Amino acid sequence: MATSSALGGSVRRREDPALIQGKGLYTDDYIPHGTAYVAFARSPYASATINSIDTSAAESADGVVAVFTADDVSHLGDLIAQVVVARGRPLMAGTKVKHVGEAVAMVVAESARQARDAVDLIDIDYDPHKAVIDMREAVKDEVLVHDDLESNTVVAWEAGPFGDEEAIAATKQTIADAKDRDDTVTVSIEAVNQRLIPVAIEPRSVVAEWDDGYQRFRVHTSSQVPHALMGAIKTTFGLNANQVHVTAPEVGGGFGVKLNVYNDEILTCFAAQKLDRPIKWTESRREAPGSSIQGRGWVGTATVVGTNDGEILGYELDVLSDMGAYEQNFTAAIPFLGLFVGSGQYKFPTHWKATCVFTNTMTTDAYRGAGRPEAAYYLERVIDAYAREIGVDPVEVRKKNFIDKFDEAVVSPIGFAIDTGDYSTNIDKLVEVSDYEALKAERDKAREEGRYVGIGVSAYCEVCGFAPTALSELGFSWATYGLPAGFYGTGLVRVNPDTSVTVITGTGPSGQGHQTSWAQLVSDRLGIPIEKIRVIHGDTEESPMGIGTFGSRSLAVDGAATFDAAERVARKAKNIAAHLLEASAEDIELDADGGHVVGSPDSTVPWDDIAAAAYLPHRLGESEIEGGLESHVVFDPPNATWPFGSHLAMVEVDAETGNVEILRYITVDDCGNVVNPMIVAGQVHGGITQGIGQAMFEEAVYDSDGNMLTGSLLDYPIPTAGDLPNFELSSTVTPTNINSLGAKGIGEAGTIGSAQTIVNAVVDALAPLGVKHVDMPLRPKRVWAAIQEARG
Amino acid sequence: MEVSMTVNGREVSADVEPRTLLVHFLREELRLTGTHVGCETGYCGACTVHVDGQAIKSCTMLAVQANGSEVKTIEGLASNGDLHPVQEGFWERHGLQCGFCTPGMIMSATALLDENSNPSEDEIRHGIEGNLCRCTGYHNIVRAVEYAGAKMRGEDPPPPDWEGAE
Repeated sequence: MATSSALGGSVRRREDPALIQGKGLYTDDYIPHGTAYVAFARSPYASATINSIDTSAAESADGVVAVFTADDVSHLGDLIAQVVVARGRPLMAGTKVKHVGEAVAMVVAESARQARDAVDLIDIDYDPHKAVIDMREAVKDEVLVHDDLESNTVVAWEAGPFGDEEAIAATKQTIADAKDRDDTVTVSIEAVNQRLIPVAIEPRSVVAEWDDGYQRFRVHTSSQVPHALMGAIKTTFGLNANQVHVTAPEVGGGFGVKLNVYNDEILTCFAAQKLDRPIKWTESRREAPGSSIQGRGWVGTATVVGTNDGEILGYELDVLSDMGAYEQNFTAAIPFLGLFVGSGQYKFPTHWKATCVFTNTMTTDAYRGAGRPEAAYYLERVIDAYAREIGVDPVEVRKKNFIDKFDEAVVSPIGFAIDTGDYSTNIDKLVEVSDYEALKAERDKAREEGRYVGIGVSAYCEVCGFAPTALSELGFSWATYGLPAGFYGTGLVRVNPDTSVTVITGTGPSGQGHQTSWAQLVSDRLGIPIEKIRVIHGDTEESPMGIGTFGSRSLAVDGAATFDAAERVARKAKNIAAHLLEASAEDIELDADGGHVVGSPDSTVPWDDIAAAAYLPHRLGESEIEGGLESHVVFDPPNATWPFGSHLAMVEVDAETGNVEILRYITVDDCGNVVNPMIVAGQVHGGITQGIGQAMFEEAVYDSDGNMLTGSLLDYPIPTAGDLPNFELSSTVTPTNINSLGAKGIGEAGTIGSAQTIVNAVVDALAPLGVKHVDMPLRPKRVWAAIQEARG
Repeated sequence: MEVSMTVNGREVSADVEPRTLLVHFLREELRLTGTHVGCETGYCGACTVHVDGQAIKSCTMLAVQANGSEVKTIEGLASNGDLHPVQEGFWERHGLQCGFCTPGMIMSATALLDENSNPSEDEIRHGIEGNLCRCTGYHNIVRAVEYAGAKMRGEDPPPPDWEGAE
């Protein structure tokens, strides 16, 4: 067992012994005495008026404790969301339903099975209306999702850069002029970036308890943002933050689906208070398409204009983005997140136009990458098409247009300052480690044999680690939850009197290994071994504030805060050791044994004595050192972080069946300095797989009446072990200068780089047939049809 | 209805509703919450346990169907505090992230190695195809099973393949 605690060591995870023995506590494992269970009656219509609801039969059914409808909760208002531009979600539908699966009534019963049985006894009389499901229809406003609003368009904006009308007009003119030149080539791709279902394997779950004596909520939930839920509960029920204790114990996968405050969480709290007993709701996989957010859902046209030798003179993207029926946490902000990397790692003028529209479908929101995979997809697909059109190698085209290496922030053409970057070195390494020239020769040889082998490449630039709090002016804060806190990081490090260490951080993992990486950070500063360090996370009472785990932000923001807190504790420990040794603090170094005077091994104070002095402050005498041995740091970085990388896939298409096989998948990612390479590799593997899932398998499909056709895992196939190759990972290291760790983020990088890499490879494989684009997912039927069409 | 079975070596019996699934019996009646419910339809495999030595998805079986059987769950896999080689492999090769699919995945992998002590990579990949993981991309799960297979055969496991592996 490797126990190296140094930064950069692949320390085996501290969380694993419990999880591999079935001893992890997930929310659904928690069953307080006297728990009653919730099940929801959900709308079968995408758009309808509710004429009446008869709950009498359900109320008298076996085990039923209570049945609630919108009338019972109307005093609580709508579900609170971070940003609502046009229309938020009601807690339950009152007079109208706007999508299939919308909650209409809530049953509480002694057992989960009794609650589900009673749902079938609720008689709801609906008057169905024409619904609008396809966003291309919705934008015409012929059928309105909300008939009291003037339009289905939630927001529409242009950027180039964002918010500067004159600059946008100038950018458009520059691109138009380039198109008009005789010596340029213009290439467009119209592409769908399809709606996806996040599919965390752990369904969402919440257990709420109300303490009527002390007037406090205690809530367990499967959430990436327990503090946001705490804020929503305290605001909804008129309480103070210190009357609501939310914890997220083990969270069985997040990927954005748990980066939301949900109506079911608020309603479960309502029932717990009303009935004064513990209440649990656990989502079933079958109801998830109506109860949990989905992701992506864009259609658009990407256009590149450039010279015949590969210099790109302008890039345009015009997209529609599907919001679903109501806005939740980040819904209308997702395309804006994509805009941050709208010009990628490139220097050419860029113009974006985005139109966000309501449809009678489930809400969309953040799914792994959240706007950035979509942005990278359109940009890297159309660059590939342009390279093919002019007959220049796709790696060369990218290198020709990259921003040159930079160590101090540069402003991208779309108007955001990027921290650090070295894009050419990164893609050069991909060429080297993949032996790109040999792969191309192998592909060409296969083609001569009549096989359809292709190579796809994509570069990407990501933005993550949100921060800074200055972005709160754009809505990046939890202010609407009654917590005016911007996106910063928190870390508290405390050496206890027995020299064990307690760390409390503002973000919590859903598989990312905070217990381990945070212990490494603290051990690096103090010298105390990681076995003695415990990390507490996802707890609103332990942590004064916390923003949550999303947008690849934990390590770069809250990890850095923790690292800085550990450094401050180390400084204090050195002061105490210096006082006890009558030495100078500058001469003290710390390790597992305690404090030493550099160069004098005999002058040592063990950690026991340092801690004892801290907690028996009279021993600190006249030193003016305060008692205690802890530090709490709030860290507000000056910028987000901007990782980048390059991916390559080699695929073979079976022209008879349309089946795609991935032969090789090779990456060079750059997330700056790495705390634990084993954990980073795991994040990249999982990220790539979700991008491959989008490219090849996954698609959330509604019929024209708004029924979800892909609600089960049979109809919505996520990748299995048999679908995938081994991944070949390499890296370059370009540290960020915005935090003390030099670490960027890696949670979403794999997803942002991979979908277009696969599509580029498949299009390359089919290029001899003249295929120029195939929409995702590249299931055999669709690829086969593209081949047939190309063959005429 | 009355059911009796042996779970992790312990005789248990209870009066259950006839429709009670084995997974609910294990989780709610016996409070063995290491076996997880991911989909209730038999696709995800998070509920995989061993019944009379076979890996089965316990959401596809009624508790009464397991009457008289020997059931082993993730909680019964380690013996006398020693991890099973598959558990050790998952730890050593980072075969888990959020850990939710892990108990089912480990029970499937254990059954796979019981049937085939030296599976090829392809046999491992197809052998665990009935268990879905959304975190790992399966790369390190395959490495974990290779590690466990080597240990069970008395061989040295192949080294880890992440950058800078020691």
